[in-house]
Amino acid sequence: MMRGWLEFWHSFSRNRAALLGLGIVAAILLMAAAAPLLYPGDPADMVAPPFLWPLQDGQFPFGSDVLGRDLGAEIFHGAHVSLLVGAAATIAAVTIGIIVGALAGYYGGAIDDALMGVTEVMQTIPSFVLAIIVVAAFRPSLATIVLAISIVSWPSVARLVRAEVLSLRQREFVQAGIAIGMTDLRIILTQILPNALTPVIVAASLMMATAILIEAGLAFLGLGDPNVISWGAIIGAGRDSIRDAWYISALPGIAIFAAVLGLNLVGEGLTDALNPRLRRR
Amino acid sequence: MVELRGISGLDATTALARLARPVGARIVRSVLIVAAIAALNFVIVHLAPGDVADVLAGESGAASPDYIADLKVRFGLDQPLWVQFADYMSRVAHLDLGYSFRFGRSVAALIWERLPATLALTVPTLLLAFAAGSLLGVVAARRVGKLSDAAVSVASLVFYAMPIFWIGILMVVLFGVKLGWFPTGGMVTIGAGYTGLAHLADVAHHMVLPVVTLSLFHTAFYARLMRASMLEMFGQDFVTTARAKGLSETRVAYRHVLRNALLPVVTVFGLQIANLLGGAVLVETVFGWPGLGRLAFDSVLSRDLNLLLGILLLTSVVVVGANILVDIAYRYLDPRIGAA
Repeated sequence: MMRGWLEFWHSFSRNRAALLGLGIVAAILLMAAAAPLLYPGDPADMVAPPFLWPLQDGQFPFGSDVLGRDLGAEIFHGAHVSLLVGAAATIAAVTIGIIVGALAGYYGGAIDDALMGVTEVMQTIPSFVLAIIVVAAFRPSLATIVLAISIVSWPSVARLVRAEVLSLRQREFVQAGIAIGMTDLRIILTQILPNALTPVIVAASLMMATAILIEAGLAFLGLGDPNVISWGAIIGAGRDSIRDAWYISALPGIAIFAAVLGLNLVGEGLTDALNPRLRRR
Repeated sequence: MVELRGISGLDATTALARLARPVGARIVRSVLIVAAIAALNFVIVHLAPGDVADVLAGESGAASPDYIADLKVRFGLDQPLWVQFADYMSRVAHLDLGYSFRFGRSVAALIWERLPATLALTVPTLLLAFAAGSLLGVVAARRVGKLSDAAVSVASLVFYAMPIFWIGILMVVLFGVKLGWFPTGGMVTIGAGYTGLAHLADVAHHMVLPVVTLSLFHTAFYARLMRASMLEMFGQDFVTTARAKGLSETRVAYRHVLRNALLPVVTVFGLQIANLLGGAVLVETVFGWPGLGRLAFDSVLSRDLNLLLGILLLTSVVVVGANILVDIAYRYLDPRIGAA
């Protein structure tokens, strides 16, 4: 087991793009952790003269927005919101996806047909439109945003897990488990799922990137949690003054871009490290 | 039964029959999917906090008690839930999507009016992204490891990670405000009253920035997929065979590899259309494009759930229709499917 991890890390760390991604993600985590130390006050407080350009005033190196809020405080605190929503939605979506995929793949038949039917319906609906509706119908809050993103994100995990379970179910060690009378739940939890997790981990890092993009899009449309400041919301609020102060919308976008790029690079690095055969071509 | 390619005598009627049978089944399933989405709409309306009539009337604050009372009667809220459900499904089947209080019109009429603008934005985007993305993917795969491959790979990674509404805003700032090359929003020059060709040229001028914005992400997506798919195919035995026959590398790449590499790209076409319609909401909002996405944004502002649900249903129908077309294209590209 330990040797496997070492080999995996060796392969991952030789991939410069993946290391860059890991560095970016670490930097954003650090931003979120440092926010309360660097900017202890409420980021929504109006502390500066409005429309300060970045680097114009040493006290507010990131500038200030329409209302005189410190853009630096908003962006650092926004990192916290993006990561929190992204991680929570991903965990929820992966959990739903694993349950649906494992049941469909393991039991097959009518259960499979029904669950895959639901999955197909969910993959037909434009997911961003559904996310908008869920948040709008249940009032914007961090909880409804996480709910909306996980509702639209689980189907791809379900398909992935189902395919893994279908192939694992035929293997000898699973058949042996059935023969010695293990319960279905025990077989799924102890024999099948641990062997199906690798592709799910890769999918999760890519899913978190998408979750951050969906959250930003919702907040941009005014469907963010009104009690917290998020990157998408700053862009949305800065939109009215792009003629004179386009930096207000530009800066938080760089943060979103970096977070999504970092997670995508990590996800691709994981794929390559876990499937060395594909990389050499 | 395996059908051998290239056998003659497969006349048009049997070829059509081969296509029609699975397509028929596909249409039945598509109707079921649309019905399921309508049912989901019903569930959302009933789970949403507040009285259904309040939800449907929106929160514009202008809904009079009379109107609410009228809605309650019209929606039969005193009826048992399953009767309400049956009523709702039958109304959807008759294309009655309800009434938008915010706009004071029927939802179906509003959507119908806005659909052309959204199609004018999304169809060119899709064609542009598919063509440019596939081309870039092929170029990158043929020169794997070289500078042009690196350039395509980095560019597609970058555009794949940028929030689409942010790209739109930067486009407006640079090409609209600073350089003044393109209009910053809308679909036509207001008050210009162009007709005929001048009108078309005006619309095309307004289309450039939103179409480019929306297609950057999708071009990046297709380029990445095409590159990966081509590389996957280059390692297959039939490619080695083709090379061993002495075929030129160009012929191998385009006749053998590209044809097969296109299949996974076509497969995700339907999924991408769902994605595209979601992105259109953001791009239309940024550019004030008068389509369904902009309508969705307006109905979010006034919490006009009825209108939002109508848009969800219609965009889903568009995706379902696109999936049927993709299915047909797939069978055409890969005759093995029809024989299965």
